[in-house]
Amino acid sequence: MIKTTGLGKTFEGGVEAVQGVDITVESGEIVGFLGPNGAGKTTTMRMLTTLLRPTAGTATVAGRDLLGDAREVRRRIGYVSQSGGIPFGTPLKDELELQGMLYGLGRGPAVAKAAEVVAGLGLAGLDTRSGETLSGGQRRRFDMAFALLHDPVLLFLDEPTTGLDPQSRANLWDHIRTLRAEKGITVFLTTHYLDEADALCDRVLIIDHGRIVAEGAPAELKTGGRTLDDVFLDITGRSLREESELSGKGA
Amino acid sequence: MLRDTWVLFRHGVRATVRQKVGIVFGAVQPLLFLVLFGPIFTTFGTWETLVPGLIVQLGLLSMGLAGFGVVFEKRSGALERMRVTPASRLALLLGRVLNNAVTLVVQTVLLLAVAFALGLRAPAPGLAAGFVLVVVLGISLAALSYAIALTINEHLFAPVMSTAVVPLILLSGSFLPMSMAPGWLDAISHISPFRYVLEALRELFQGRYLTSTVGAGVVVTVVFAAVALTIGARVFDRENA
Repeated sequence: MIKTTGLGKTFEGGVEAVQGVDITVESGEIVGFLGPNGAGKTTTMRMLTTLLRPTAGTATVAGRDLLGDAREVRRRIGYVSQSGGIPFGTPLKDELELQGMLYGLGRGPAVAKAAEVVAGLGLAGLDTRSGETLSGGQRRRFDMAFALLHDPVLLFLDEPTTGLDPQSRANLWDHIRTLRAEKGITVFLTTHYLDEADALCDRVLIIDHGRIVAEGAPAELKTGGRTLDDVFLDITGRSLREESELSGKGA
Repeated sequence: MLRDTWVLFRHGVRATVRQKVGIVFGAVQPLLFLVLFGPIFTTFGTWETLVPGLIVQLGLLSMGLAGFGVVFEKRSGALERMRVTPASRLALLLGRVLNNAVTLVVQTVLLLAVAFALGLRAPAPGLAAGFVLVVVLGISLAALSYAIALTINEHLFAPVMSTAVVPLILLSGSFLPMSMAPGWLDAISHISPFRYVLEALRELFQGRYLTSTVGAGVVVTVVFAAVALTIGARVFDRENA
């Protein structure tokens, strides 16, 4: 479902955010993409979702060439960004209708599909409201609804549960598992919650300093009675990244 | 591309209608100039000279700050949500600027209605031709405003634009024709495209159509539109895979 070879991104000024990343994700997998702040998670995610142009490597996403056929990639993927995508002051049903129509649905089918997806996520009746009147968990599920309107085969979730209470997190996990079980959707998600990756993901990739430094099923990585947190810290170190960067600049 | 533009345009119009008070507020400043400055101006000038200036002022204020909308969309993530759909990148721009143009037309009609009540007498063909120029100008300004909003730090957008708009209004000759200005100021004002548009509007409002001033205004408006839309489209398309 995702195949990258030497994928890289160097920003203007020479900052190499992602350096030659090779990723393979099979159809139907739930894969966690982990890493400390600034490791390259979001940059990689933005490249795979066509929002950022890679400066190196090749990638096939949802069966289409990322650089040569970006529009077809967009048709086949859903994406929930860290910031979500709900503007305040607009009824969500209007935004859902717009989103469906931008994916090529007619007005009637867009409205019908939105109602179906909203009901499936337990949000029926809330779509007449605007974003600012909803709880964080409800907003996050609406973010998912936007990403699911066109029945994507691959769903990208960038820190989907950040800031949510335990109940809302567990609820979102259930919805992600259901999507995979009922629709066979492949999920590629980033998270800082390692318990989330452990509970939800078939496989995790750990990125640090723009390179993949570990990969495997959570159970395979947790050798010697370690938790996934222990594994993560053993691999990426315990120093605060912001402090390291400042020290580096100071030096 | 046309379908996506229409979908976004219709969505934008619905949102604008929901906030209809905003349309009136956008026109308040030129309306105040019309009502409180117009009677003074017309002791030595004419409504046909003043009103085109206020229309250009309206365009610069209303469309120049159109980028505010996309700042909020960017902040909420809504813009990124749309950019990951297969919708045409150009449509993401055009749908928005066409909605802004409708807002400008409504505001201009409002301004003209009050101006007619106060004494403006412009011929219908001149008004119609003037409207075309104003719509094209509005689309161009909105496209440029979006490009700036998506390029600079979002916190700088308001101070930068409100600072830039004032000299542009003054240099266009909105309040007094630049022919009355000292030579150096008159020369500087020729850099501003809005001066040419405004002078063309004044000619049209006085029933003079086939003049070099109108021709210059049309050419500058078209060139300005081409440049602004190209910049806007490039910014909306920037960094996509």
